[in-house]
Amino acid sequence: MSSMMILLVLKCLSQIIFYCICFAFQMQTVTIIPGDGIGPEISTSVIKIFEAAKVPIQWEERNVTAIKGPGGKWMIPPEAKESMDKSKIGLKGPLKTPIAAGHPSMNLLLRKTFDLYANVRPCVSIEGYKTPYTDVDLVTIRENTEGEYSGIEHVIVDGVVQSIKLITEEASRRIAEYAFEYARNNQRNSVTAVHKANIMRMSDGLFLRKCREVAENFKDVKFTEMYLDTVCLNMVQDPTQFDVLVMPNLYGDILSDLCAGLIGGLGVTPSGNIGANGVAIFESVHGTAPDIAGMDLANPTALLLSAVMMLRHMGLHGHAKKIETACFDTIRDKKVLTKDLGGNSKCSEFTAEICRRVQDLD
Amino acid sequence: SENCANQPHAPLLLTKTGQTVRRPAHSDPDSWRWDRTRTSESCPRALQVWEKGREKRLLVLGDLICLTDWGLHRFCCVPVDFEVVNVDSSLTSEDEINNAVTAIRRNGVALKGNIETNHNLPPSHKSRNNLLRTSLDLYANVMHCQTLPGVQTRHKDIDIIIIRENTEGEYSSLEHENVPGVVESLKIITRVNSLRIAEYAFRQAREKGRRRVTAVHKANIMKLGDGLFLQCCKEVAAGYPDITFDNMIVDNTTMQLVSKPQQFDVMVMPNLYGNVVSNVCAGLVGGPGLVPGANYGKDYAVFETATRNTGKSIANKNIANPTATLLASCLMLDHLGLHDYASMIRKAILRTLSETRLHTADLGGQGTTSEVVQSIMKEVQKGGPLTSEKI
Repeated sequence: MSSMMILLVLKCLSQIIFYCICFAFQMQTVTIIPGDGIGPEISTSVIKIFEAAKVPIQWEERNVTAIKGPGGKWMIPPEAKESMDKSKIGLKGPLKTPIAAGHPSMNLLLRKTFDLYANVRPCVSIEGYKTPYTDVDLVTIRENTEGEYSGIEHVIVDGVVQSIKLITEEASRRIAEYAFEYARNNQRNSVTAVHKANIMRMSDGLFLRKCREVAENFKDVKFTEMYLDTVCLNMVQDPTQFDVLVMPNLYGDILSDLCAGLIGGLGVTPSGNIGANGVAIFESVHGTAPDIAGMDLANPTALLLSAVMMLRHMGLHGHAKKIETACFDTIRDKKVLTKDLGGNSKCSEFTAEICRRVQDLD
Repeated sequence: SENCANQPHAPLLLTKTGQTVRRPAHSDPDSWRWDRTRTSESCPRALQVWEKGREKRLLVLGDLICLTDWGLHRFCCVPVDFEVVNVDSSLTSEDEINNAVTAIRRNGVALKGNIETNHNLPPSHKSRNNLLRTSLDLYANVMHCQTLPGVQTRHKDIDIIIIRENTEGEYSSLEHENVPGVVESLKIITRVNSLRIAEYAFRQAREKGRRRVTAVHKANIMKLGDGLFLQCCKEVAAGYPDITFDNMIVDNTTMQLVSKPQQFDVMVMPNLYGNVVSNVCAGLVGGPGLVPGANYGKDYAVFETATRNTGKSIANKNIANPTATLLASCLMLDHLGLHDYASMIRKAILRTLSETRLHTADLGGQGTTSEVVQSIMKEVQKGGPLTSEKI
């Protein structure tokens, strides 16, 4: 009898210890960069919703105004860099780049600082937010460091300008590998490389070759190639034929915005940037909307869905599903919607509604 | 083709009783036989007298999926001769495309199918289509995208003219490998060509009574290249105060096109963005089988489908949609000044599209290519004879 009691007590103790360890490990730190304009209010919304969902995350708020470092080079504040290097995961609101500020865009600075080489945008039709396109479910993966955005331009003679598009073996291989790994980890069936190798034979040809090589190691994922113009043509007629798309910088920029337009615009599209050394920054890609900043009118959906993407990246699938369902249910019911979604509720009301649903789902 | 160049073009007489026709020695016997056997009864659109002499028209066969407008033009007695030039995309020598360019220089006007480019071949094998465009300096690619009656689409009331710079930009084909694994591709933007295309766009807008021209660019990132293009557009716009000029970044443009395409009027842009935007617009109005395109230079004009597809997967199956090529040939007739023929054929095509509902597979129907063309011919016949007073 007493041995049985001891065994029972030991069992309970071990379970308690187990949960404590789990809890300690699960409380992850995430760097949050609220941003400018409507950034702070939508960040607050996301934090509130995460609290309601009891997500085991500790937020560390940081600012990323450009400062001039030693040697005259523009950089992000060292506290921000330190926080990101430690936490590895970041959530970012919209950042403004003042014209003629003398420094490059903040997004560019962040990209260079953390070598954010892959921009991932899942585009899924939102039930309840009607667009002419239904059943969209694709992911655009865009190479984010080189290509047409290398920033290398020259005036050869007066009136003749050349812009250099740079394609390297290393960057192409890296993005292709990420695309196939993403497809495998997220149960996607196929990866399509988008290119214009008929015209840009060497550069896009190199990109295509690397994709083909990487595809050899991922036989479980189907690999196809398609010209950029054919993708555009087919995308607006039947977007359901696409799954994961991988492409160089410019095509990725155009196509990811095209796909965002299919599901309703940048106000409802999530986005993630994957960097080297395990860093990942998730962000809303819309602007700072200075005309409605501070008026409690903003729509936090884009940042919220990006945060959900972040949860999935961190392995917190249960919480991700809960928050996503609450958000989609709120939009589908159409009772509490922000102005851009067709309603006339405030940002705080929309947030409160999602919080309520999250708690109901518990 | 040597003989062809030197032969004088005799005026063609088609009278009610029958006629004699002067036939150049080299010509394809088939194409002339019908002139002798057909009288005005079997050819209801026959002319009484055609003074000017026949226009010579060059046809380039690339990897065309169908060439039924040939039969249609003969049926309508369009006073145009076809000189057929074949270009085989599988050959590596550039002789055939150079012959085509020579022939177009001779004739001035061409109707062209797309020539497939095998992008797995080395860079020395350049795109034949691009070679043709740059050799003839066809600097303006024009595509008029309109919602067509009878075609189901997600968006309605689209009416956009896309004017795309056709010779430089990203299509300069200037690439090199600096060290193994590092490739540079040059995008060239010049002031001369940017001014030229902007001038063309504004002139077209004015001629067609359009209110607004939008320049599409990415000057926030490519500050020098697209910055120069935008600057040139602004300069030209200053000379057209009656036309509103604005600009939009290309990624925002594609997003706006899929949500609210009705906001666009005339759009002008460099080469690659033109490729993207024209394909998006073609998709919006119903697909590649419907929209014709035109390439204009100072001295030459080449007409083709707007999205330049070879349609390899549906070739020789009699399911291709001939509308785009037929409408391209109507654009060609307009260019040649044969407006009555152009509008006659165009009306028949649109009537077939909307009233008879004989749609091909790409439009969700089950019609065959030949059925569509037959139907268009019937519509042409219904229109009644064209008399010389109407010409």
